[in-house]
Amino acid sequence: MTRRYSALSLLKEGFAGHTGWEPAWRSPKPQKSYDAIVIGGGGHGLATAYYLARTHGLTRVAVLEKGWIGGGNTGRNTTVVRSNYFYPESVALYGLAHQLYKGLAAELNFNVMFSPRGMVSVCHSDAEMELAARTVNAMQINGVDAELFSAADVRRVAPPLNFSPTARFPIHGGVWQGSAGTARHDAVAWGYARAASRLGVDIIQNCEVVGFIVEGGRCRGVETSLGAIRGERIGMAAAGHSSQLAALAGFRLPVISYALQACVSEPVKPILDPVVLSLGTGVYVSQSAKGELVLGGALDRIPSYAQRGNLPVFENVIAGLLEMFPAFGQLRLMRQWAGIVDVVPDSSPIIDESPLPGLYLNCGWGTGGFKAIPAGGVLLAHLLATGERHPISRPFGFDRFATGRLIDEAAGSGIAH
Amino acid sequence: MQLFPCPFCGLRDETEFHYGGEAATPRPDGADAPAEAWANYLYMRANPKGATREIWVHVTCGEFFEMARDTVTHVVAESSALGAAERGR
Repeated sequence: MTRRYSALSLLKEGFAGHTGWEPAWRSPKPQKSYDAIVIGGGGHGLATAYYLARTHGLTRVAVLEKGWIGGGNTGRNTTVVRSNYFYPESVALYGLAHQLYKGLAAELNFNVMFSPRGMVSVCHSDAEMELAARTVNAMQINGVDAELFSAADVRRVAPPLNFSPTARFPIHGGVWQGSAGTARHDAVAWGYARAASRLGVDIIQNCEVVGFIVEGGRCRGVETSLGAIRGERIGMAAAGHSSQLAALAGFRLPVISYALQACVSEPVKPILDPVVLSLGTGVYVSQSAKGELVLGGALDRIPSYAQRGNLPVFENVIAGLLEMFPAFGQLRLMRQWAGIVDVVPDSSPIIDESPLPGLYLNCGWGTGGFKAIPAGGVLLAHLLATGERHPISRPFGFDRFATGRLIDEAAGSGIAH
Repeated sequence: MQLFPCPFCGLRDETEFHYGGEAATPRPDGADAPAEAWANYLYMRANPKGATREIWVHVTCGEFFEMARDTVTHVVAESSALGAAERGR
């Protein structure tokens, strides 16, 4: 059986008719008990299981996924990876994820296609440029590779933008992060799943958690659609469905679930190199390796668990895109979809023990969870393995909503999540 | 485009409405209520999947009202003026 992915093994398998590849991950029946159980087989849950095994040496670990792995927000985002945040706490968090993304393909022996092609957030007025200068200063102090771009700089990296002086959103310049980019979203889930499975983690799909086993005031396991599974420590990484799990465990979260939609155009030849975000239209777009334009915008304004988008926001996103790139009006759209995102009041995640001892939270990433997957995994794994908060996750505690120490990135970096 | 029922204006386009929050979240009594009670009131949400009662505002007429709807199907069951239940409708 061929285990390792490489050019050599591809060549060997090519001569052998590709009959020797082993499945990327095992699909075992659940055992009666585990050292740690992770609820949610998206990027964050799978990464948590991987780091539990890799960093902390725990191998009796299960990931429980109610559908198929990577079928939630991990498969529904716009694949952007960046760390251009305002507050030092956020930069430490997203910077850790960004750093891990750079070496992830080698670490997992799975091509996650991380492509640091740069990202520009375009400004449309002198006032926005002044705010951008402040943001860039803050980012540089925090060690982020941010640069203030003039209109000419923006034109150099993204020539198809509408540079007409009579444009509704004229381009005055922008904020550039050269190391930002995109990664292949499915590959991140599959890569973590394969690497975790190799280290002995059980990945159990079609297994929905329907209750928690609580003994002596402590969470001791979960009731699932496949029966009871006991665990020493339970972590949850369920994004937009976190409130449902919390309700089963008997507490509430500061989360409202909204649909965030995105869409892709038909594939075309290379026309757009970096990721482009317009602060005026709220629309962001990049071109995938296949040539499709991948674009998205603001949240739908209606609390929702329907994994589809509503028309008004969709119209705004398309109108914004055509304002930014009039030439894209010739393109046809291929697909449109939505993920259910867990929005918290300060747009920063919660990585902490829950009010039910033994149950640990990884939620509240809102619209920005994909870029944070490696960090979410490292930090939840640390919590589960040690019972202690990691220094990077310490500011992102559940108690901040009572103490008032919020980390408001929506206000800080002007980024809508 | 979905139509929402404003109790004062009738069926109107969804873009005229703004979400206000979950209904029946009582405000803590007095400034000396503990921080946890305020956090509970200000931030913690049931965020139900399925049937829910919410406060919305019809931005066009400026009236706040209560709406019962489903967060999965987006079907609206009913809407009523605030306090209508207490007044016996």
